Amino acid sequence: MIEIKDLHKSYTMGSNVLHVLKGINFKAEDGELVAIMGSSGSGKSTLLNILGMLDEADSGEYTLDGVPIRDLTETKAAKYRNKFLGFVFQSFNLINYKNALENVALPLYYQRMPRKERHDKAMKYLEQVGLKEWAHHLPSELSGGQKQRVAIARAMAAEPKLLLADEPTGALDSTTSYEVMDLIQKINDAGNTILVVTHEEDIAHMCKRIIHLRDGVIVKDEKVEQVRASAYV
Amino acid sequence: MFSRDAWNEIFETIRKNKLRTFLSGFTVALGILIFVTLFGFGNGLINTFNKFFNEDATNVFYFFPGKTTMPYKGYKSNRQIEFDNTDIADIQKDFPMFLEYISPRISRSNLIRYQAESNNYTTHGVAPSHQFAEKTVIMKGRYLNLKDMKEKSKHVVIGRLVEQDLFGSRNSLGKYVDIGGSAFKVIGVFQDEGGDREERFVYMPYTTRQLIEKNTDKINMIVIGFKPEIGYAGAMAFESNLKKFLKGKKFIHPDDESGFFIRNVADQLEKNQQFTGVLKLIVAFVAIGTIIAGIIGISNIMVFVVKERTKELGIRKALGATPGNVISTILLESVFITTISGFVGMLIGILLLRSLDDRLEDFFITNPYIDTGTAVIATLMLVLFGSIAGYVPASKAARIKPIVALRDE
Repeated sequence: MIEIKDLHKSYTMGSNVLHVLKGINFKAEDGELVAIMGSSGSGKSTLLNILGMLDEADSGEYTLDGVPIRDLTETKAAKYRNKFLGFVFQSFNLINYKNALENVALPLYYQRMPRKERHDKAMKYLEQVGLKEWAHHLPSELSGGQKQRVAIARAMAAEPKLLLADEPTGALDSTTSYEVMDLIQKINDAGNTILVVTHEEDIAHMCKRIIHLRDGVIVKDEKVEQVRASAYV
Repeated sequence: MFSRDAWNEIFETIRKNKLRTFLSGFTVALGILIFVTLFGFGNGLINTFNKFFNEDATNVFYFFPGKTTMPYKGYKSNRQIEFDNTDIADIQKDFPMFLEYISPRISRSNLIRYQAESNNYTTHGVAPSHQFAEKTVIMKGRYLNLKDMKEKSKHVVIGRLVEQDLFGSRNSLGKYVDIGGSAFKVIGVFQDEGGDREERFVYMPYTTRQLIEKNTDKINMIVIGFKPEIGYAGAMAFESNLKKFLKGKKFIHPDDESGFFIRNVADQLEKNQQFTGVLKLIVAFVAIGTIIAGIIGISNIMVFVVKERTKELGIRKALGATPGNVISTILLESVFITTISGFVGMLIGILLLRSLDDRLEDFFITNPYIDTGTAVIATLMLVLFGSIAGYVPASKAARIKPIVALRDE
């Protein structure tokens, strides 16, 4: 599903060059649930942004579902993001003047799906995350956990090949975090490939594989016994 | 880009961001409103000016006799020049291609009486064509005609204020007034934009006046109307030819400019038109300034709008919006708002001008107006430049990396 080879990325800050990723190699198969762990500054968010085509690598190869991702123009990147990827962010990133349903329907709008169909589908995914009754509420009327569930529904609505979650529980208390992780596990159970960036041990152990990142290199890549989040809910 | 779905998305955005919509709409509407009002007031000012200075016909020469200051061909200097009927006939014969009409004018001051009321008025002995030179407007009855000239009839056309003075509220038509001992029949009453003084004139056939004055053929003054199509240059040529002709006929030294005098309204016209031109220039300057201010205003708002939406645009890009999507989202919204509010502002402005009508005449603004073409073009310009101004920040926002936009709080 994902294959990256010798990925490098550095940022220039004034006269300093900050080498963030120093040659990353890894593979992830279909249906995996992978946690990328590391302390802040380890390069985990940068890696995720490159995987998500939100940012570009300086060198290295990246293949997604058999498609080599390189020489991206903005328009091409946008099309790939729309087709291949779903995003879940730490700060939810819902559009605050659109209600839950419209937020979920937005990626479908960029797929040029007709309005009616779009709304039906968005409603289906909202129902899956248990927020059907909240469909017409604005994000400001939802709790943190509800907002993240809307964001997950939005990420899933486009039926992506890969779901990328950047600290999905970072802004939530532990009970709500487990609820969100329970949802992510269920989506994974249905066969979806998911990458989760986190710095929390317990969240990482709810995945099936943990990649440890330190100072821009992978220091450890291990399969773990998955802890079911439903046990805590 | 122009699908119904795209518009739905834009309408939704507009509906849900009322403050933003209001701000940009208000700026544009106000800009156009001020433009239309100022432009209308400028036109009103020009109207007032034209009314003050251009009330008489402008294609007219007035010839007044004077006294020579140089001896010539055996005539001594300081000789009084007089015009007579043959001058009229000669000019008519010699200058048919320039001449529109010609009329003598013999002015006298007379005591005029009707029953118990009497007063002193200026009477002018004139030909029928004199009506065009003074733009005399007949209120009732008729003006003098050729038959009056031929029969030397004792008919008069009196000013509106003469009738008011002598007849009060009674009708003067067909009544006889006493002018210097003879009875004249009132055949018409006129009004004149030239003001009260001109509405106290009395016109009679010049032939009648000459008959009263011992059947003389002398005239005071010659009024000549030239064809407007000969233009300013033609009028100047006509004037110098007339001068040459009259100097020759009256034996006046070619360099003697005092034998007679010419008042050339065309000269006046040129000056008036220059002044009107300057007024128009000032109005245009102010108007363009207003439009530029409007464009700057809408540009500022567009920069602000894009800044405010940076994060939202980042989210949209993360969800698959292409740069083209982003630009069209911003631009279509802005074009839609500016067009609607621009035309609303224009309409309010036009209605305002129309409702003012002549109410501001005390401030020298008569009948302010703006032609619809100008108003529409100004509005479209604002919309066009507004979208060009919006395009710059929009394309910048479209190029920004989604990750940078997403970090924007």
